[in-house]
Formats: sequence, structure tokens, C-alpha cells
Amino acid sequence: MAGSTKAERLSLGTIFIPLLGFGLVVLLWSIASHTVAHNLPSPSKTWETSRPYLVEPFAKRGELDQGILRFTWYSLILVAQGYAVALAMATPLGFLLGRSKLFAKGFDPIIQILRPVSPLAWLPLGLVLFEKSRPAALFTIAICSMWPTVLNTAMGVRAIPQDYLNVARVLQLSPGKTFFKVLLPATLPYMFTGFRLSLGIAWLVIVAVEMLTGSPGVGGFLWQEYNSLIYEHIILCILTIGIVGFVLDRLMSFAEAKLRAVV
Amino acid sequence: MPLLSLKAVSKGFGPKKGRTEVLHDINLTVEEGEFVAIVGYSGAGKSTLINLVAGLERADEGEVLLAGKPISGPGPDRGVVFQSYSLLPWLTTFENVLLAVDQLFPDLTPQARKDRAKAVLESVNLGHALNKRPSELSGGMRQRVSVAGALAMDPKILLLDEPFSALDALTRATLQDELERIWEKHRKTVLMITNDVDEAILLADRIIPLSAGPQATLGPAVEVALDRPRDRKAMNHDPRFRSVRNTVIEYLLGPGSRKARASKKDAPAAAPQVERVEVPA
Repeated sequence: MAGSTKAERLSLGTIFIPLLGFGLVVLLWSIASHTVAHNLPSPSKTWETSRPYLVEPFAKRGELDQGILRFTWYSLILVAQGYAVALAMATPLGFLLGRSKLFAKGFDPIIQILRPVSPLAWLPLGLVLFEKSRPAALFTIAICSMWPTVLNTAMGVRAIPQDYLNVARVLQLSPGKTFFKVLLPATLPYMFTGFRLSLGIAWLVIVAVEMLTGSPGVGGFLWQEYNSLIYEHIILCILTIGIVGFVLDRLMSFAEAKLRAVV
Repeated sequence: MPLLSLKAVSKGFGPKKGRTEVLHDINLTVEEGEFVAIVGYSGAGKSTLINLVAGLERADEGEVLLAGKPISGPGPDRGVVFQSYSLLPWLTTFENVLLAVDQLFPDLTPQARKDRAKAVLESVNLGHALNKRPSELSGGMRQRVSVAGALAMDPKILLLDEPFSALDALTRATLQDELERIWEKHRKTVLMITNDVDEAILLADRIIPLSAGPQATLGPAVEVALDRPRDRKAMNHDPRFRSVRNTVIEYLLGPGSRKARASKKDAPAAAPQVERVEVPA
């Protein structure tokens, strides 16, 4: 009996109450669109206009008229590439910062200055440097999203207990073996926290990048529909971006938890 | 020639000004096959002493010699068992030991190295825990793996830095007995640091008290002439046991105590922290 009430309470807490929250927000949105914000499409109108994009999520009717998941897919590919570049740069940089005090002293101030710079500021520089929109987009995603990985990796390396390093020293492990057997496994949980935060930022940056470069994707679609005065699609895009970002974060958290259980 | 000798060794920490000397004028020799225990206060610099021998730290003054040669850094000829954390948590017990074996016996075939690692773990009764990670083992089992790992290196000297102090009393007693058994079998040279006088008496040939810090230094050595294998129950009634115990404790509470050592400076006396000090019956 106790088990069943617990299960009921669980479903109440995990399903019913969040649904109530969603319903409340949709209600407020509906009221707002009918009263104060006349340009805001109502929930029902948003649904109607978005339907073709949702029921045929992979349709391709034209270059700028495609199903929402198809657009999402384009965005995800761009993010994945930029993110890969970010990790490839950030991880070694993080290890250097964590291992070498001299390096940390020299580069930490620069990192602190570059870190808060908006993607909107990096993109023009990328366009100047690469003269094409795609590499510029990758550059922007990479340089904006790499910092959490850099800083978390460095923190993880600094947090390695001296005892683990002593094990390596007593056994006289080679630098390569010390790295793969001691440094890397000891830092991995921190690195993964960095990876998760970096992925969040990469996804955040994608919209701005696509808007400015006009490449096809959720962000590009959003901007184009704004220019075409189809405001319902702006909301569709916002919700899509939010849901995809949430799913990515959950996936990374899951991987992180799995990893922590091992280390 | 003694296997290990420390001559007028001093070691301090901190910047040049306001530097605290942790160890002062340490003189120690350990003969081949001897089991030496150093008993002292918590925080007196016992671990620093082990780290000097392990080569993890360098002496400021004096010299540390292993088989007549100065110690310049850490090396596998000195197997170290730390108080905790000597195992890498992301490796299984087998992989932890194998890491040492792989490193020290590169000439053996991979299969022979695996067999050796396995044999060492079986010798400390951990054959059933080969594929467990340290987090799945009790504290006592973890220290057994550490001892096994250190033994697998076949070192010239085994350095034990308070190996059992993080364990509960019963586990500690079991492991002490087991260590005695292992030592009887291998007769390795051992330098053990402990804060437990009884543990030292059970295991060591010679006990040297380390005075309270700062500027801790070694007191007069006490030979433990009890027959081996030693039985902890019978030992309690042996007058020689009591006499050794009293000598060590009297030094630690007397000339080696913080109070006595600080008396020149008129510093406030701190409570002695020797474990399980009781008046012998």
C-alpha cells in the first residue's frame, strides 16, 4: 500500500504538476495575446500555422521552407562541428593551464577578457578572417563555447590529489602513461562538466550565427519568418530551440552521471 | 653497510622568512631485513620523513642514502603504502597492481605479468576481489591491495606511512597480524611510521620515537626482543612487552613531548596525542 501511494505521489509530482505549469503559461500567453500584445500570435493560431512544419517535420518544400526537425538537424550539424573544434582546442589548453603555473599566470587574464565576449562580436571577425559564412560560423561557435571546458579542465587538473601523482612518481611512469593512467581519468569528471556547459553555449550561439549568416537552420528560419511577418513561426522556433537545448543538456548530464559512477 | 641511512637530515616548509623546520637533525640507519617502526605524535612530521625516503621530497640539510647512494627522486626500489589514496579509483584492484608490475617487469610477457599481479593479490587473500574497484572495497581491503601493490614491485625497502590508522580497531588488528605473516614470509626491509605504540611493538624489531614538532627529532631507539611470530594476546602478559611500551611512552610523554620541548620558549603546553596511552597494570 505504501508503495502505491508513493508511486501515485511520484506521478503527481513528476507529470501532473509540470503539466499544470505548462497549462498556466499557455493560458497567460493566450490572455496576453488577446488583450495587451496584439502582435503576439495566440497559442491556437501558433499551432495552426506551425502544423505543416510539425506533422511533416522532415519535409523539404524549398530552401527556406522545410520541416522543423530538418532545420534542427542542419543546426545540430553546425553545432556539432563547431563544438568539436571547441573541444579540440579547449581540452589541451585546459591541461596546460592546470599543469603549468607559468602558463596559467600568462594566459588566465586573456581568457578572462575573451570569455564574456558575445557571439555577435566574434562573427564579423570570423567573416573577415575566413571570408565565407560557414567557417566563420564554426569559428564563432568554437570560440564562444570553449571557455567552460578550458576552465573546468584546468580546475580538474589542479584538483588531482597529490597522492595520485605520487603513485605515478613512485612507479616512475612515463609522461604519456602518467597522462593516460592518472591525469586524464582523474580530470574526466571535471572535463565532462565543462563539456556539458560548452554544449549549452554552442547551442545558444547557433541562433545568432544562423541569423547573421542566413544559413538554413532553426535560427535562420526564425529570422526569415520574422522578415516574412509570420510571427507564429518565431514562437515555433523558440520552443524548438528550447526543447532541443534541454534534451542536449539532459543527455550530457546522463553521460556525466554514468562517468562519475565509474571514477 | 646499512640499507638505508639518514645523516643529520633537516627539512622545513614555507618561505625563507618564517620557515618552520619540521624535522631537525634526523639520524637513522636501517639494516637489510630489519623492521623499524617510528612512533610519534600526529603532525610531528612523520609523513615528511617517509616522503624524504620515498624521494617525494628533498632534505634541506644532511643526506638520505639507500644502499650507500643518495636518493635523488622517487623510484620503484622503495615501495610506499600511504595512509590512504595509494590506489587509483578508476582502476580495479587487479589493474592497480598490474600497473606496478607492468612498470617494473617490462621484460616479462604480458601473461607472466598478469599472473604475477594475480599471485600477489592472492597472497593477501584478495583473489576474489580482482575485478572490484577500490570504492567497492572496505578500508581494510584497500590497504591490503596497497600492500600487495607495494610488494609486487619487489622493492628493496617497504615504506609504510601510517598504513592502518584510518581503519577501525578490529580491522586494524587483523591487518597487523596479516602484515606480520607477510613479513615473516618475505623478510623485506620495512620502515613503518605509526602513532600506535602497540602496533609498533607487535611488528617491529626496533622502535624509534619521534618527538613532538616543530623541529621534531628522533629519540633513543628501543629494541623489541620478543620472539616471532608474536601473539598479541600472549604478548600483553610479557614483561618485556611492558618494558618496551613504557620506555617508548615515557620518552614521548617526557623528553619528547611538546611541553618539554617548548619549555625553553615558555609556550603553552599542548595535550599529548599519543594514541591509547594507559598506565600498564
